[in-house]
Amino acid sequence: MNIHEYQAKEIFRSVGIPIPPGEVASTAEEAEQIARKFGGTVVVKAQVHSGGRGKAGGVKLAKTPAEAREIASKILGMRIKDLPVLKVLVTPAADIATEAYAGIIVDRASKRAVFMVSPAGGIDIEEVAASTPDKIMKLPVDPRYGVQPFEAMRMGFFLYDDVKQARAAAKILTQLYQAFQESGASLAEINPLVTTPAGEVVALDAKMVVDDNELGRRAEIDALRDESAEAPSEVDARKANLTFIKLDGNVGCIVNGAGLAMATMDLVKYYGGEPANFLDIGGSSNPEKVVHALRIITSDPNVKAILFNIFGGITRTDDVANGIVTATRQNPLRVPIVIRLTGTNEEIAVKILEENGFTALTDMDEAVQKAVQLATGGKAA
Amino acid sequence: MSIFIDSGTTLLVQGITGRDGSFHAKQMLEYGTRVVAGVTPGKGGQRFEGNVPIFDTVADAVEKTGANTSVIYVPPPFAADAMMEAASAGIRLVVCITEGVPVLDMTRVYPYVKEKGARLIGPNCPGLITPGESKVGIIPGRICTPGPVGVVSRSGTLTYEIVYQLTRAGLGQSTCVGIGGDPINGTSFIDCLDAFEKDPKTKVVCMMGEIGGTDEQEAAEFVRDHMTKRVVGFIAGQTAPPGRRMGHAGAIISGSAGTAAEKIQAFKDAGMGVAQRPKDFIDLVKERM
Repeated sequence: MNIHEYQAKEIFRSVGIPIPPGEVASTAEEAEQIARKFGGTVVVKAQVHSGGRGKAGGVKLAKTPAEAREIASKILGMRIKDLPVLKVLVTPAADIATEAYAGIIVDRASKRAVFMVSPAGGIDIEEVAASTPDKIMKLPVDPRYGVQPFEAMRMGFFLYDDVKQARAAAKILTQLYQAFQESGASLAEINPLVTTPAGEVVALDAKMVVDDNELGRRAEIDALRDESAEAPSEVDARKANLTFIKLDGNVGCIVNGAGLAMATMDLVKYYGGEPANFLDIGGSSNPEKVVHALRIITSDPNVKAILFNIFGGITRTDDVANGIVTATRQNPLRVPIVIRLTGTNEEIAVKILEENGFTALTDMDEAVQKAVQLATGGKAA
Repeated sequence: MSIFIDSGTTLLVQGITGRDGSFHAKQMLEYGTRVVAGVTPGKGGQRFEGNVPIFDTVADAVEKTGANTSVIYVPPPFAADAMMEAASAGIRLVVCITEGVPVLDMTRVYPYVKEKGARLIGPNCPGLITPGESKVGIIPGRICTPGPVGVVSRSGTLTYEIVYQLTRAGLGQSTCVGIGGDPINGTSFIDCLDAFEKDPKTKVVCMMGEIGGTDEQEAAEFVRDHMTKRVVGFIAGQTAPPGRRMGHAGAIISGSAGTAAEKIQAFKDAGMGVAQRPKDFIDLVKERM
């Protein structure tokens, strides 16, 4: 789960990381009031679950409260990578001497949480990683001991020559690790970590991604979810316990299991079609889930044919058949449907479908080819 | 022969009285797996299906029954503890089916299990099966048949699909292993490839990967440098759109976007067969027998 910058900053502040003050506005008027309260130049920052905010024009300086109002009214109407900007963070502009990068991520290879720090921070950190990898230090943390003071100091000295600044950075990195662990994060990032002309080390930005599997035991983090900032179809799918990603094609795919769902999309493309979505109904399915899945797929006007591909292991194919029958009774289909199912309770499923006027295929390639033909009006091979 | 499990496997089921645990314990018994014990705290002394003794702790169960393998069906908040309990009790092979285990839990479980000298498969995996001998997990037994093809995969249902197609084409399997798709899992592609290389019964290996990460690329290097047996690979997600990114750190840490094209190229560079469709495995495996 993504959380907003202002939410991540609150978490970082709560563990002691120095962060300049800031307040959230959802209207231009509020932004103006906040700017007036802080006085001087402020930064107005779009709060949206997407990287590249700065490049998209979602982060701007305002010299006066009136300018803050004007900028906020523009940013609040924007969409960044197709997500609406509904809130802005208003924060006093900082004087910056240097910009560094500090992040923690769970690394598949070392199977540990790994620190990454670089004295060359700012928006082009990926460029730094690609062209000058020696400017990035990686440090895996042994989960049994946590980050040790000497490790934090090594990173501190990698970032800064001045011992005071190195110590300040070491403290911030230790606090970042604490926030990362306590929030059940899979990513925690400060970019940039700056020094001011007076020599203070301060976090100017904050980013955190929380492992969805942690939310069940961390109600206070789960409460940070902002559904208005997510794509509506994906919110729907999550509530129905489905994984859904919308794409641009016209073959609507409903599959059980992520690997098989991806392989089905690949096969649609192989036979000359374009998948309209990724949709995984998961393991233990029930008819209700299938009804939800069909509703999500049929609400996409681009879909010209629907393809079910179900390999029943834990999933009972008769549950899926019952779901198809129920859903199509409630909302008769406007587009053709191709059903492939095999596995657990296949005989019962086929009987249910046939009694209700559907036919079921058992071969995956045959089903995909048929769906592609129906979606393209027989034009594809 | 086979890898990891065979007719000598004596199995303990953690969470044997739960909804999933009881259902699959029955399926495993029906398949012929030697299920010797179950564990559910508070239900020690009872019997499962009138026959399998239930214990309060894994240590008790191991002491009384000598179980050498454990399969875990407990809910996600308890899964990390269950894996550590099994390893601590001297279980040699721990298979965790549970989906939704927090990844930070796994950063602690992984080194613990390693220190105890146990092998962990999963979490979030379908388990494994040596057709005709033993099934540990949830892979449907009837789609498999004994034979010389080793199967290792990151997915669940996609594995079933390919095993089903192999079986229908008359290509039986030595062992099928689902290693799971979580960021941190106990057993890697390389562990399985190494075991298949050493298994006299396995002649050809099928490997199914997915987009994301670099496990498949590393596996391809292993095939090139350390394997005499032929390997056929497949990558699911060739048409998936570039995923939503996890900040900057994701791409930087791996130095790779983990695209299908990158992985398929790694397979080709290692001299592996590449299946474009699940169906292509059949001819590619036959050519390599």
